Amino acid sequence: MEENRQELMEILEETRPDIDFENETALIDKEMLDSFDIISIVSEINEAFDISINVNDLLPENFNSVDAILALIAKLQEE
Amino acid sequence: MKNAVMAMLEENAQRFPDKIALADEFRQMSYREYLTAAVLVARAITPQLCAQAALRAGVPADGVDPQAVRCNPVGVLIDRNVLSVASFMGIAYTGNFYVPLDPELPAVRMSTILQELSPLLLIDARETPGPLPVPVDVPVLDVRTMFPVPGEISEENSGKAEESSAEDLEAFLQEARERRRMIVDTDPLYAVFTSGSTGVPKGVLVSHRSLFDLTDAFEEVFGFEEDTVFGNQAPFDYDGSSKDLYNALHCGGRVEIIPHRMFMLPAVLLEYLAVRSVNTIIWAVSAVRIVADFRALDAVKTSVPLCLRKVMFSGEVMPVKTINYWMQFFPDALYVNLYGPTEITCNCTYYTITRRFEPDEKFPIGRAFPNTRVFLLEKKESDNEEAGAGGVPAQSGNRVCGIIPDSLPDVRGEICVEGTCVALGYWNNPDRTAENFTAKPGASVTLNRIYRTGDLGYYNKEGELCFASREDNQIKHMSHRIELGEIEAALNAIDFIDVACCFYDHDRHKIVCVYQAGEDRRRQIATALVDRLPKYMRPNKYIRMEQMPLNAHVKIDRRLLRTMYEEGKLK
Repeated sequence: MEENRQELMEILEETRPDIDFENETALIDKEMLDSFDIISIVSEINEAFDISINVNDLLPENFNSVDAILALIAKLQEE
Repeated sequence: MKNAVMAMLEENAQRFPDKIALADEFRQMSYREYLTAAVLVARAITPQLCAQAALRAGVPADGVDPQAVRCNPVGVLIDRNVLSVASFMGIAYTGNFYVPLDPELPAVRMSTILQELSPLLLIDARETPGPLPVPVDVPVLDVRTMFPVPGEISEENSGKAEESSAEDLEAFLQEARERRRMIVDTDPLYAVFTSGSTGVPKGVLVSHRSLFDLTDAFEEVFGFEEDTVFGNQAPFDYDGSSKDLYNALHCGGRVEIIPHRMFMLPAVLLEYLAVRSVNTIIWAVSAVRIVADFRALDAVKTSVPLCLRKVMFSGEVMPVKTINYWMQFFPDALYVNLYGPTEITCNCTYYTITRRFEPDEKFPIGRAFPNTRVFLLEKKESDNEEAGAGGVPAQSGNRVCGIIPDSLPDVRGEICVEGTCVALGYWNNPDRTAENFTAKPGASVTLNRIYRTGDLGYYNKEGELCFASREDNQIKHMSHRIELGEIEAALNAIDFIDVACCFYDHDRHKIVCVYQAGEDRRRQIATALVDRLPKYMRPNKYIRMEQMPLNAHVKIDRRLLRTMYEEGKLK
């Protein structure tokens, strides 16, 4: 899990160095990310964790915080 | 005689008063309510406009005739709601022009714009009015105090507008109509700000007449029916939104203002479009793409069928594969590639896609709209370097030679536009206006005014216009028009870096910043930019160098930096 977190943080910070991902819990609700950030973050997560995030997983509750994204990754890795 | 865009609103309010004209996530407005709201906004702000104008002129407030206070900027703090649109129309009724301002703008940029603009007052149309991002020295009026907001006529009515009697409303409308008749169609309707290469955004000023021209042209070419429901994606501080607002007014259709966050959540977006019966979208390329990139049309089952008739897009080059994907699901829809900068009122050319393109082809930008002339000006090296008027150095060695005929394929020239669509100019910026809005070369007598886009284009073998590239440092990123110079100006204002420069990685869609500093300052730079640049302008990648490479003119060698980056030598 800790490894996942580190890898995810790298992806996020590379995409948007101006956001404090550690402490943010409303990435989608506060519209901090744009649609293109989402596209590039999702494609990099898919590649890095060997999962496939479906369009139906793209919901605010799955992307509002680092913890939520980690939970989604864990769920998809189990499937 | 149509002299001002509000005439269309009055006509619709008469024809179908109860038809829904505007809707957002929380409420809707019929044409009657839309007109009433606009009239009440005009009525509410008029005394304040007079007071402010008097203050500036140094005369007593009662000495100012409201009719004389016209063609001044009035700002609107916008949100994705019907209140913003009602504010626009209300301002237009006073004979002044509206300037949509995104309250989320970084403080420094907001201050710069307000300084450039010097508005008489601001209307706050935000869902939750709160403190302003920057202090302002003009009145800020809450739109909710001006008219009864649909669905919010509540018990505790403190500070809210009261309902007027039918007789009063009729009188107010009469008054507004009188004021509307004082407008001439060359008066400005709105200004929208666009990125400026020196770091100061430019306000493009557009007249009522250009909007009539736009709606007439769209009607003639695409034919919108009365049951058209426009799914508005473009933010109101982008002129793309004018296509939704004014085409809807023209055909008597409806605008559904789609919440911004849905463009990150394609499944939610498609469901919203279906439930709100949206049948026409005029979107930025990036918004059309997100649906295709997530293959959302396969995976998402909406609760009611989504029926799209028209899919139009602009803002940057559309990948062919994106449209091929959409066409599988909506084979009978009309697909149109639109082209044009804000300075010519939304779009000047269109290309209707009538055949299947191969992924390695590209969509032409097509042909000019009716009553618009679009042509390519050949550029030729010239050794005649003369100084401009007032000792301003001539721009460059390039000199206009002539117009490239459309029978001559593959020759590049600057795309130039002539017609009623050409904007009035840049607000309070005669130098930049003179630079880009020029007399037509060779037009010695009539002096037809043209706008030089700075975009390079060419004709294909069919004589259709195609977009080639930019000749300067303007880029399109996420469909936003950005001057790299503006990003660099913000970067170079940061004291802990020596110097910085930016370029665009077109393949990976990233703004790359190369900076010179003694140590890694990536995070500090990113943080410093939050106050200065909107998020879509902030670099996506930072590269530090001990020493920037310089060219023979002792300037940063951009070409070398780029080559190094492309060869993977910059880390």
